[in-house]
Amino acid sequence: MARVVVDVMLKPEILDPQGQAVANALPRLGVDNVSAVRIGKRIEIEFAGDADLEQARQIADKLLANPVIEEFTIRTDADQ
Amino acid sequence: MKIGVVTFPGSLDDGDARRAARYAGAEAVALWHADPDLHGVDAVVLPGGFSYGDYLRCGAIARFSPVMTSIIAAAGAGLPVLGICNGFQVLCEAHLLPGALTRNSHLHFRNRDQRLTITSTSTAWTNGFTEGQDVVVPVKNGEGCFVADEATLDELEAEGRIVARYTGGNPNGSMRDIAAIRNAAGNVVGIMPHPEHAIDLLTGPSVDGLVMFTSVLTSLAGAAA
Repeated sequence: MARVVVDVMLKPEILDPQGQAVANALPRLGVDNVSAVRIGKRIEIEFAGDADLEQARQIADKLLANPVIEEFTIRTDADQ
Repeated sequence: MKIGVVTFPGSLDDGDARRAARYAGAEAVALWHADPDLHGVDAVVLPGGFSYGDYLRCGAIARFSPVMTSIIAAAGAGLPVLGICNGFQVLCEAHLLPGALTRNSHLHFRNRDQRLTITSTSTAWTNGFTEGQDVVVPVKNGEGCFVADEATLDELEAEGRIVARYTGGNPNGSMRDIAAIRNAAGNVVGIMPHPEHAIDLLTGPSVDGLVMFTSVLTSLAGAAA
């Protein structure tokens, strides 16, 4: 089995209210040196055989990320 | 005339949408997400709810359901399609409409009666309104914040494709107060508030929503004549 990791993040220009809410909560933990937080998704794809990065890219492009608001990066999981 | 209403796993407002179709004088036909057969309907409504649990993104998985493959093809050939709330999200994910619906800018779910201004009556679903008319319909969403890049927003404005805007307060942070948009042909409309909940004064704040359902019957009658 081979694992491919897809990270999906909102584009920089898209408002991330969840990240803002987390950033606004940090002072309650005594943290005062964080200027911004942004939240994304990590998706792990297990291939039955060898990792197929091209197919993973197609899956990410068609389904995992919405290119209108999100961008993604793909890598094989080095720990496997 | 037959108006089909799709039921996805997790749809909530399919019953009310079928009821609205019947109130308007149409025959309401229940369509099933796993069945690609549109059963000869003359128009389709994608209802509100949480299709496929809103997993991944709202509408992202519904967009690949068998019934959507048929609807995308039929919409391209002119079939009137109305997406309400989650249905609007499905239409954007299916690229039948531009932009995307994201989490409300204030993070709160909003459920209230909402005033809208109708800004385009040249659609299959809004021809019974007058341009600039204010209506009141319920809004209830957690991810109704319409976003698109500036070029797309400018294009929507220039082509008159913004169908309704929020007035008296924007409930979700939508760019340019957009509540509803249409495709270039005007047969596909997506709206975040719920016209199907405003068809009877016993259960809704107005009967303004019924006009969307009577409009499509007028449009279909005109096309058949």
